[in-house]
Amino acid sequence: MIEFSFAKYSGDNNLPIIQTKNLTYTYPGGTEPSIKDVSLTVEKGDFVILTGPSGCGKTTLCRCFNGLIPHFYSGKLEGELTVGKLNVVEHQIYEMACHVGLVFQNPENQLFALSVEKDVAFGLENLGFPRDEIRKQVDWALQMTGIEELRERAPHELSGGQQQRVAIACVLAMQPEIMVLDEPTSFLDPLGAQKIFEVISELNRKLGITVILVEHRLDLASKYANHVVIMDEGTIVLDGKPQEVFDSESARLIGVGIPRATRLWQMLRQNGIRLAGAPVNSEEAIQLLRGVLKRD
Amino acid sequence: MIEIKGVYFTYPTGVEALKGVSLTIRDGEFVAIMGSNGAGKTTLVKQFNGLLKPAKGEVLVDGVNTRKVSIASLARKVGFVFQNPDNQLFCENAEEEIAFALKNFGFKEETVKSRVTWALNLLGLTQYRQTSPFMLSGGERKRLALASVLAWEPKVVVLDEPTIGQDFEQKERLRQFIVQLNAQGKTVIIVTHDVEFVADCGPRVVLMAEGKIVADGNAKEILTDKELAFKASIVPPQITQIFLGLADFGLPTDVINVHEAGKILLDFLKEEVKP
Repeated sequence: MIEFSFAKYSGDNNLPIIQTKNLTYTYPGGTEPSIKDVSLTVEKGDFVILTGPSGCGKTTLCRCFNGLIPHFYSGKLEGELTVGKLNVVEHQIYEMACHVGLVFQNPENQLFALSVEKDVAFGLENLGFPRDEIRKQVDWALQMTGIEELRERAPHELSGGQQQRVAIACVLAMQPEIMVLDEPTSFLDPLGAQKIFEVISELNRKLGITVILVEHRLDLASKYANHVVIMDEGTIVLDGKPQEVFDSESARLIGVGIPRATRLWQMLRQNGIRLAGAPVNSEEAIQLLRGVLKRD
Repeated sequence: MIEIKGVYFTYPTGVEALKGVSLTIRDGEFVAIMGSNGAGKTTLVKQFNGLLKPAKGEVLVDGVNTRKVSIASLARKVGFVFQNPDNQLFCENAEEEIAFALKNFGFKEETVKSRVTWALNLLGLTQYRQTSPFMLSGGERKRLALASVLAWEPKVVVLDEPTIGQDFEQKERLRQFIVQLNAQGKTVIIVTHDVEFVADCGPRVVLMAEGKIVADGNAKEILTDKELAFKASIVPPQITQIFLGLADFGLPTDVINVHEAGKILLDFLKEEVKP
């Protein structure tokens, strides 16, 4: 049985939790690599937003983090890929799954059991955990995602937002150090999306889980992140703090939907208003604008 | 064009999806139907082409009661692009996909040919003429579904969640395309909870919650009403939130898009610095 405890991260805490060096990958039958020369460092506890135009390689990169590439999708992988202290190429998907949880865009693709509880227990059962341990973990995961009252319900009867919380609970029950969420809110209404981001943010803050969130809806998501990565045509083009990344001219040129608050700031600056900083959400914008309006 | 009168609808599972909805959509209008997941938006638009028929009340399309005609004849007038293009695409290649409905409607072979070419070109899919729909990206599949509907020139186009899974540029292109379609006289109805997209488009907004219409008006009115937004699980656009937070400076609070916002702030700042 695989060793399991919440403090299982045995890598050096000072080392990055994810590190890739010149990672290049081509799908089987592909003529062009889908990601090219990707060098990325993610620190433990980071909340990363990974964004960029459709087809830029975001999903492909995420598939590397839990070993789906190269173990499930064959193809050609070059460069270095370390997650935790593990060289992903040398560790199978079932091992990586204990470290890296993956949540997809459409929870319906991920849920299949007759009750929420059973779905959340599935991963642990698969790894042969003792019954008591499973029960404890499932309770905890349901509680953390705020869906205890849905325990007995059938996943397919739930709303999209509830289903997505179940999908997160499934992954959380495995106590991963890293959660990778690939556009988890695109089927949800804005309030539903906000609730999901809040659940994720809490897991990040309270449990120190490193989050990689693939997202187009930057207006809603940016305020939770401390690290933004923008990809285009298979490479990383921008990598840094949200303010720096969204405020850079190239973010706009790549056609990333930078938050409206940041865009407003750029418009004012282009028109000769002297401004410091750059807001990425409405709260920051209000604060900064209040300063500007008062100054005059 | 579409008249909904006191419509109730209950699914076989017992879920009451529409509870007395009345709505009139005129020829050439551009309407966004918004509201939370499960508010009844999709159920409502499925009444427009007879896919679902009311349990109580009636639906008139172009003056014809949907209960009295076939879905096929309604589909000719009201084209539907589903939320998930995979529910709609099934042919070997893009060309056949578009030709399918045209042949079904009994168009002549030459017309089918020219319409296919026209629709592929319209949505920038010409290079995929021979490509299987399942080799296309999500965004391209969505465009193909739209192309196959536009090919038979329905008077009304209904798009269910057109912006899902689309990146910023694709959304922008989609927006321009929709606005253009509407300008050419098509009635366009979108179902969406993408507030920023609606703020950029500025259509008439019909807001739904729990199977009822809770508000109906222009985008500005509806999106800037905090209470309404809360009722319908939508979050006001980011720009609106900013202006609500600056209300005490005497700035307007009904601002929804970034261009208008920039202009107002610049004017305000210029006024202030005048001697």
